[in-house]
Amino acid sequence: MWRVADVVSTQTETATARTLGLRIHGLMSSVAGQHVDIRLTAADGYTAVRSYSIGRSGSGDMIEVTVDELPDGEVSPYLVENVQVGDQLEVRGPVGGWFVWREENPRPVQLIAGGSGVVPLMAMIRAHEESASTSAFHLLYSVRSPETMIYRDELAERAASSSKLAVEYVYTRAVPEGWDRSPKRLDETTLLEHILPASDAPDVFVCGQTIFVETVADWLVAAGYETSTIRTERYGGTGGTS
Amino acid sequence: MGLISSGFGGRRRDDNPALPPGQYETDGFPVLTAGPAPDIETDQWEFFIATETGQRHRWSWDEFMALPQDDVTTDIHCVTSWSKFGTSWRGVSLDTLFDEVETAFEFTMAHSYGGYTTNVPLEDLLGGKAWLAWEFDGEPLERAHGGPARLLVPHLYFWKSAKWVRGLQMLSDDEPGFWESNGYHMYGDPWREERYS
Repeated sequence: MWRVADVVSTQTETATARTLGLRIHGLMSSVAGQHVDIRLTAADGYTAVRSYSIGRSGSGDMIEVTVDELPDGEVSPYLVENVQVGDQLEVRGPVGGWFVWREENPRPVQLIAGGSGVVPLMAMIRAHEESASTSAFHLLYSVRSPETMIYRDELAERAASSSKLAVEYVYTRAVPEGWDRSPKRLDETTLLEHILPASDAPDVFVCGQTIFVETVADWLVAAGYETSTIRTERYGGTGGTS
Repeated sequence: MGLISSGFGGRRRDDNPALPPGQYETDGFPVLTAGPAPDIETDQWEFFIATETGQRHRWSWDEFMALPQDDVTTDIHCVTSWSKFGTSWRGVSLDTLFDEVETAFEFTMAHSYGGYTTNVPLEDLLGGKAWLAWEFDGEPLERAHGGPARLLVPHLYFWKSAKWVRGLQMLSDDEPGFWESNGYHMYGDPWREERYS
């Protein structure tokens, strides 16, 4: 079922990413980690649909999606560059009952993000921070450079002020000033150094491009993390692995 | 038709009658899975069909390879909105596997290594509509894409083409599998856009 959503806010996150606040008519609630489909319709009736992760969910009819513009994208450039407060979009969902975190979950959580894969994980962090849950939340965020980091300030503030959230960063192309390591692709050793150990039996959520997700998931399994505790989500609809 | 998105022109690269509603064409082969890809060696692999009598028909990899093989060229449609045209596969028709199976049940649950399940009505597996595929584009099927073998049910959304499949359980009634229990449609016809429940 398609619903009408009012664009109630926009916020630039990086040079290519923007957050849209959406009020979805008739929506009761959404769960952290879910996504929505957004449909655009041209004047002659031509339509295009893509899926976007929700970055802020919860009770009520408001969500936020954060969209990273794909260079050859059909829908993302419009959402990042053209959409304005007061516009209306068509939305289906929220969808998904697997790659989600719920407050009742007592287990420690390890989040692993590659690039804009941080978006659904941020929804989990926000939900966890705003809940009474005292479980430990860890985020490892692999990103090209400080400039391409989504939610940079909020993550830094939350990590500094929260007793139940820890955030670690891996920079793959350029590091911030004063960083004590060189930029480097995420490897198995670095990954395992920066995340909760398998002996803590965390629920692990991995989101990023396909190759990132496949590689990280394989390392986790090899390091003894229980397969059934690793949940994965990929983005980049046309990013193949073959 | 819904709201007009002012200033949205679209790419029109999808003006193709072979494209189901809401889909766009891709040349890549994206991956959609719920967790890590299981690692199954062919000497450990087997495929089963289990019926209401408790009988379990089994095939080892060598037995499976010895069956008549089909070459299949088909379009595939993922629920995440990409479609890929003219993909080429090699595998065994489910008609061949069901040759020796007697069942009165009309529904199946496909089970995969790693625990994934998906439900498919038996009539959607028979009549030249479904295969157990082990080769893609002339190469052994990669693990990320479901190797050593996956179901290929191209007339339904591609999550029904279970990766790393290890068998089919016959069922008297239709029951939801993994994605079907997590918000996705019980049947999944791309031409009727049966994406979500």
